[in-house]
Amino acid sequence: MTNTIPCREAFSDTLLECAEKDRNIIAVTTDSRGSVMLGSFAQECPGQFVEVGIAEQNAIGIAAGLAACGKKPFVCGPACFLSARSLEQMKVDVIYSNTNVKVIGVSGGISYGPLGATHHSLHDITVLRSMPGVTIPLPCDVRQTRKMTRAPVPDVYSGDDVPFQIGKANLLMKGNDISIIAAGEMVRIALDAGLLLREKGIHARVIDMHTLKPLDVETIREAAAETQAIVTVEEHNIHGGLGAAVAEVVVQSHPLPMKILGIPDEPTVSGEPSEVFQYYGLTGEGICQTAKKLLNGEWE
Amino acid sequence: MGCETLSDLKQLREKAAQIRMDLLEMIYRAGGGHAGGSLSSVDILVALYYSVMKLDPKHPDRTDRDRFILSKGHSVEGYYAILSDLGFFPREERTSYRKFRSGLIGHPSNHLPSIDVNTGSLGHGLSIGAGMALAGKMDQKDYHVYVLMGDGEQAEGSVWEAAMAASHYQLDHLTGIIDRNGLQISGDTEQVMALESLKDKWTSFGWEVVEVSDGNNMEELLTAFRRIPSGGHRPHLVIANTIKGKGVSFMENQPQWHHKVPTENEMGQAKKELEAQIREVR
Repeated sequence: MTNTIPCREAFSDTLLECAEKDRNIIAVTTDSRGSVMLGSFAQECPGQFVEVGIAEQNAIGIAAGLAACGKKPFVCGPACFLSARSLEQMKVDVIYSNTNVKVIGVSGGISYGPLGATHHSLHDITVLRSMPGVTIPLPCDVRQTRKMTRAPVPDVYSGDDVPFQIGKANLLMKGNDISIIAAGEMVRIALDAGLLLREKGIHARVIDMHTLKPLDVETIREAAAETQAIVTVEEHNIHGGLGAAVAEVVVQSHPLPMKILGIPDEPTVSGEPSEVFQYYGLTGEGICQTAKKLLNGEWE
Repeated sequence: MGCETLSDLKQLREKAAQIRMDLLEMIYRAGGGHAGGSLSSVDILVALYYSVMKLDPKHPDRTDRDRFILSKGHSVEGYYAILSDLGFFPREERTSYRKFRSGLIGHPSNHLPSIDVNTGSLGHGLSIGAGMALAGKMDQKDYHVYVLMGDGEQAEGSVWEAAMAASHYQLDHLTGIIDRNGLQISGDTEQVMALESLKDKWTSFGWEVVEVSDGNNMEELLTAFRRIPSGGHRPHLVIANTIKGKGVSFMENQPQWHHKVPTENEMGQAKKELEAQIREVR
């Protein structure tokens, strides 16, 4: 079942709901009320809406100042700019200073596919994961957290009773042959791969690693101990993201064959997300092929 | 806090000389620090902390207190000397400055009472100060926010993002101060990256600009700060023309004293000069 609500709309509606109950919640945007779908927030709660213009560094700095005086700011804008242009403000003003600031990067990964590499955000997990104490949730659908990605994405979960606990991964399919660990929009295709493999008699364990930090180390250790191989899938550069985080746990507990699927370390092609995913083998079928190779002992 | 009379002016001058001695002692003991910019900004800090700002060392987190951000975070020694002198943390901690696992890190740390955010990377403070002033405006609070910047810091683009936003949001409870000592680590600011006319730049960004011709003169500083209205719908900027290394003859206007550490002889000489200044004030 495909829903027609973009995750970012679900996010902005949810934020508005919260803001109407808590007047200390402030939305800070970088000329991005359209991108983040915050138009109705700006109309309904003008006193809690701070537009800083196209100035990401200032957005994070102002948010840190607001937080230092008791406000609960949510800085909302495209992930590609917030995670790079204002990275130092995140590092110093928010993370090091421990201010209560939430940064909501929309349209991460290659959601802005045709706009080219300026607008791709394939570095964000790597850089932010290296900073102490930061929490990095990466939702996979509207239901899971009512947060955001760029366009409507297929549901992973049905019904509204979606498990979501920061730092605790969700088990989507049980199996002891191979583990497929995915995050964000890749969770859906990981599930597709799990279903394809089952048709062939291979039982995959499919895990939604919705929090990149703090990582659910226990679930990864169990997967490493109880299955024969691990495939990770992320809409991110293959260096330093989900795959790297999982590998760090695996090599220090139960080393086993592993493959990190994601966007390779090369200039990323531009195109609609579906085309880009297809190109890099980030499809149910692509994961399925990789899983079978790994189980056959075929290494690249 | 509040020093209104002439004898208080004397006390403030004496305090500034004492803080200069304390900060040099900290740098000398630690074997590192930023003497030049700390010395140039001492009088500004003393004026704010001992006379202008509403603060209570016994209740450092009061929500109605004035806020201060040392955006030029490297000038931290004078700042620590003052905070400990006022009782925000014990004076004895000064000796741990820059030591292993000390709370007194080489740039301001908000593990210490009354320091709201960590600074040290330049060009961050004004945005944070703008956020604080904006929060005050939203909550209809009357506190004032002071942000001390360096002059070399003005080359950071983020300063001007904040300048634009503070003007846009009419943050009249925000005062930026530029410690205009004319020198940065590589030399003359105008040769490294020409800043002038700073006054025109800030005025054109919609700020109410006051220039203090001698930013090491307590009376001039107090006059400037006291004239700042808590209204007018415009943020305020004080350009304080200071001398880098102020107070110690051989450190004044010498770029190498940006972060040079005094030798034992130099420390002795500096102390003599500062003690003489204290006697003169008395």
